[in-house]
Formats: sequence, structure tokens, C-alpha cells
Amino acid sequence: MNSHFPALIIVVPLLSAFVIVMAGWLNKKYCFPLAAAALGSSLVSAVAMLSRVMDSGPFTYHLGGWAPPWGIEYRVDHLNALVLVVVAAVAFINLIATRAIVRADFPEKTGSFYGLYSLFATGLLGVVVTGDAFNLFVLLEITALTGYALIGIGKQHAPLASLNYIFMGTIGASFYLLGVGYLYLATGTLNMADLALHLSKISGSTVVLAAFLICLTGLYMKMALFPLHAWLPNAYACAPSAAAGIIAPLTTKVMVYVLIRITLFVFTPAFTYAHLPLNQAMIWLASLAIVMGSILALSQKSLKKILVYIIVAEVGYMVGGLWIGNRISISGSILHIVNDAAMTLCVFLAAAGLQFKLKGDSFIALRGSFRKMPYTMAALVVGGLSIIGVPPTCGFFSKWYLISGALTAGTYQFVVALLLNSLVNVVLFFRIFEIGYFEPFPGQDSHRGQKAQAINEAPLSMVAMLLLVSAGLIALGLFSSDMVTRIILPSIPAGIL
Amino acid sequence: MDPVIAFIIAKYNYWMYIILMMIGLCGMIIKKNLIKKIIGMNIFQTAIILFYISIAAKKNATIPIIAHAHGDGHAAVNAAGIINPLPHVLMLTAIVVAVATLGVALALAIKIYRQYHTLEEDEIISQIRE
Repeated sequence: MNSHFPALIIVVPLLSAFVIVMAGWLNKKYCFPLAAAALGSSLVSAVAMLSRVMDSGPFTYHLGGWAPPWGIEYRVDHLNALVLVVVAAVAFINLIATRAIVRADFPEKTGSFYGLYSLFATGLLGVVVTGDAFNLFVLLEITALTGYALIGIGKQHAPLASLNYIFMGTIGASFYLLGVGYLYLATGTLNMADLALHLSKISGSTVVLAAFLICLTGLYMKMALFPLHAWLPNAYACAPSAAAGIIAPLTTKVMVYVLIRITLFVFTPAFTYAHLPLNQAMIWLASLAIVMGSILALSQKSLKKILVYIIVAEVGYMVGGLWIGNRISISGSILHIVNDAAMTLCVFLAAAGLQFKLKGDSFIALRGSFRKMPYTMAALVVGGLSIIGVPPTCGFFSKWYLISGALTAGTYQFVVALLLNSLVNVVLFFRIFEIGYFEPFPGQDSHRGQKAQAINEAPLSMVAMLLLVSAGLIALGLFSSDMVTRIILPSIPAGIL
Repeated sequence: MDPVIAFIIAKYNYWMYIILMMIGLCGMIIKKNLIKKIIGMNIFQTAIILFYISIAAKKNATIPIIAHAHGDGHAAVNAAGIINPLPHVLMLTAIVVAVATLGVALALAIKIYRQYHTLEEDEIISQIRE
């Protein structure tokens, strides 16, 4: 039992997805408990694997007993054990928090929604746990296809946004597949550890360089790095709130994890950082992504639209940290995967709660929201402060690592972009706080002496999870140095200074 | 023969897949009709499938089925005489992925048509702007 966790973590939600859909035909009440049980068991497996890795180091699992490089190998080390816990925790928390919203939004399609949700989580967990380059593609497409469907069932322009996401996502995944094809052509293997072994011998080959660049392009498209971000804002803003709460925090972060896995563990650091002009170009690109994400966020007129452009900027943080390429900046990148998933979950849950109660997320709808929904807005404040980077919230610490890494490497453009983005985030969030706190409710003359608007909070499960996540943001901040020394630093390959 | 033409002919499978891929990409970018975009996407995916299949081929090799493999079949397998079956197996999975993508895309196209009563992208955008 204990040794089967790498398989169980994806098999349980995978099979549950079908059971959930079938249970939905009998009685819609069964769907939520089944989904919660499936994702809860994934969370248990993830935590168990993290503690095992911290005790006794990385371990592998051979699916069906076939030894690598012929069979598919699942490999758990410090890096992906950490990301697995993040993915499973976000999926589980969002599931609990959005129960009432799902019931209201999809009274007829509860079974299908939870089935898709469970499959989506399966795909993400599989992408993180797998040690096989082609298996990663298949799981990536499971994630993407369920993601398209989850976005497409939204209202308004969701189907069009989802179709545009399909085009971009398919190009991205196909490029990754093509890159893997070139790797297979050059080495004759698909297992990541085996690939790393073979690639270190032929690192001068142009086929390998082509494979590297093609894979990078595909992954950048999938993670929405500026200027390949065009699909993300509409798709995430149109997605139903219950789906946005898992898609927005996890998809881009898991893709950054894949980027780190491919660049540092398949192509070795010696190869990845061998092309200095390429590194410089990538750092400039990441800085540009941060700046452009900030500028585009400033021009938006609704809460969700602001949040999606913040995601575009945050992707630049993690990609930049990777390409700066010293231990501090890469720690910052990995820490930011964790922190950004948590903060994005926090703000998206808050936005979902606001939208559920206020019937909109435009600036006008948000007026007076502090009095109406004090706990939700308190959580939004913590999430906002964390995205701005105010200590002791976790956002501060990953920015600290990224900035000190960039200063060590002398890449000042990245530091400037980071600081600029923090300032823009201050403007963005304080504008929302101001509207929520000082502007009167719609249809009211002044904000003095009004007891008229009673507290009308989001559902209890939502508020409880929001408070848990916002407490988690502070806890992640307080324990971040522990996390870096015990989990993140051991996960970085030895070749990096 | 001209060395350029010789170079193109020697690597013709790569040229073919790149041409197909570019046709698909152009379809996705230039065409305004959503169904044509979906067709472009499918051509794009098929190009990569054909690339994988072409790298499995070997000259004067036969299909990867070994007669009487059970029992004493292990000993005398001449790998050079048999084409590589692995890319074919991988592409079976990729075909399934491509079909699923196509299905989701067409389902969304139906939903879009019901919503806007057109599949021309610029008409839909002008409807959204109103």
C-alpha cells in the first residue's frame, strides 16, 4: 500500500471521475462526497510522499512492473513531491469551497462538472509525478482537454474563449510533442532520467538544440508567457468561478514546474545555461512579461480581469528566476510556484464569493463590499497584500529570493521589472479596497449612518476555506525559510552555483 | 544533381511534415471561419503524427511482427531488418488525443453557433462589441 502512492495519487481520482459521472445519473447528491473523497485521498498520498522524500530521499515507481527505460517510470523527488502537495491541496480546498456555487451554477450538470474536475486534477497530478517525457504529453492533454470543457461550460463568451484556448493550447502541446520527437530521434529513449544520461554525451548536437527550443516554445505557449499569453485572460475570466478556482492557480504553475523539470533535469543545467545570449534573451522576455502584465492589468475594469493579468505577470517571475540560474533565484522560482498557487487560489476564491453574492465583479458591483461581506474582503486583502509582497505574507519571501538572486547575477532589468510590478499591484489592489470600503452601496446617497445593508456573506464552506487559505498565506510566509532549506534547496541539481 | 535538390530529396520526410505543419498553422491564423481553423488545427496535429511515423521507417525492413516469438523467439531478432514499432504505438495515443481535441472543438463550435448564429470570427467579434 505504502509503496503504491505514486500510482494511487492519480488512479484514485481517474477512476473516481467515471464513478462520479455515473453516480450523477442516480442521484446528484453523491457527486460531491465522491469527488471530495477522491481528491482527499490524493492529498493524503501527496503528503505521505513528501514526508517519505524528506526522510529517505527520492524514489521511483514502475507502472505495471516494467523496468525503465522500457516501462513508464513515476519518479518522486523533493521538487515534484512539493508541487504534488500544492496541486492536491488547491484542488481539494477549491472543491470544498465552491460546493454551493456549483449547486447554484450547474443544477443539471453536477455529475459532469465533478467528473471533469476530478479528471482535471488527475491530469495535473500526473504531469507532476511522471518521469516519462511522452507520458507527460498525454497527461498534459488530459489536463488541457478537461480544462477546455470546464471553461466552455461557463456563461457569456466562455465557448469562444475556450475555443481560442483550444487553438493555442493545441499548438503548444504539439510543439512539445515535436520536441520530444526530436529528443527520441537523437537518443532513442523517452524516460527522463535516461534522456538526461544520453543528452549529456551529445550536448553539442544541433538536433538537441532544436528539440530544446521547440519544447521551450511549446511550454511557453502553455504557460502563457508574454507574448504568447493571448488565450489566457478571456479563458480564465469567462470560466465559471468554481472551475477558475482550480484552473487559474494551477495550470500555469504546473507548466512552470514542467519547464524546470525539462530544463534542469532532462537537459542538464550545463546544457541549459551554456548559451549565454539565449539566457539573456529569456531574462529580458520574462522582464517584459512582468511589465506588460502590469500595464495590461492597469487598464482593466473588473476584478477577475485584473487578476488574470496578474497571473500573466507572475509567470514572468518564475520563468525569469529559472533563467537567472543561480541557487537563490531558482529557489525563488520554486518557492513562488507554491506561494503563487496559494495566493491565486485565495484571490480567485474571494472573487468567486463576491461574484456569487454581488452578481458581478465590476468595480460598480464591488461598492460597499466590505460591509456586506467582511470576511471575504478580509481574505481578499490578505491575498492582495501577498501578491503585492508585504511581509509576513508569503509573496514577500519569494520576491526576496528572486530579487537577491537577480542582484547576485547582475540582471538589473529583472529587479526593475519586479519592483515596478509590485508598485502596480499596490495601485490595483488599493483601488479595489478603496471602492469596497469607501464608496457607498449602489442606490445609496452617502456612506454615513447606514445600517441598511446587513452582512450577506458567502456560504459558510467558502468563508471557512477562504480564512484557512489566507491564514495559510501567512503561515507559508513564516515557514518559508524552513521550506527552502529542507525541501527546495535539496531539489536543485548539484551543478548550479 | 544540384546539391540543394539532393539535400531536399534526401530529407524529404522532414520537408513534408514542415510544409503540412505550416499549412495547418496558416489555417489557424489566417482563416476567419472557426470550422476552417479547426481543420487547420487537425492538419497541424497530423503533420506531427506523420513526422513520428516517418522516423520509424528503415530501408529494406519489414513490419515488426515476429513469427513464433513465444518460446524461442528471443534469440534471433535482427533489429535492422524490422521497422521501429515504438513511434507507431506513441502515435496511436496521439491520434486519440487529436480525435478528442477535435471532438471538444467541434462541440464548442456548435455551442458558439447556437449563441451567435454564425461561425465567422469577425462577425462574432462585432456582435460582442455591440
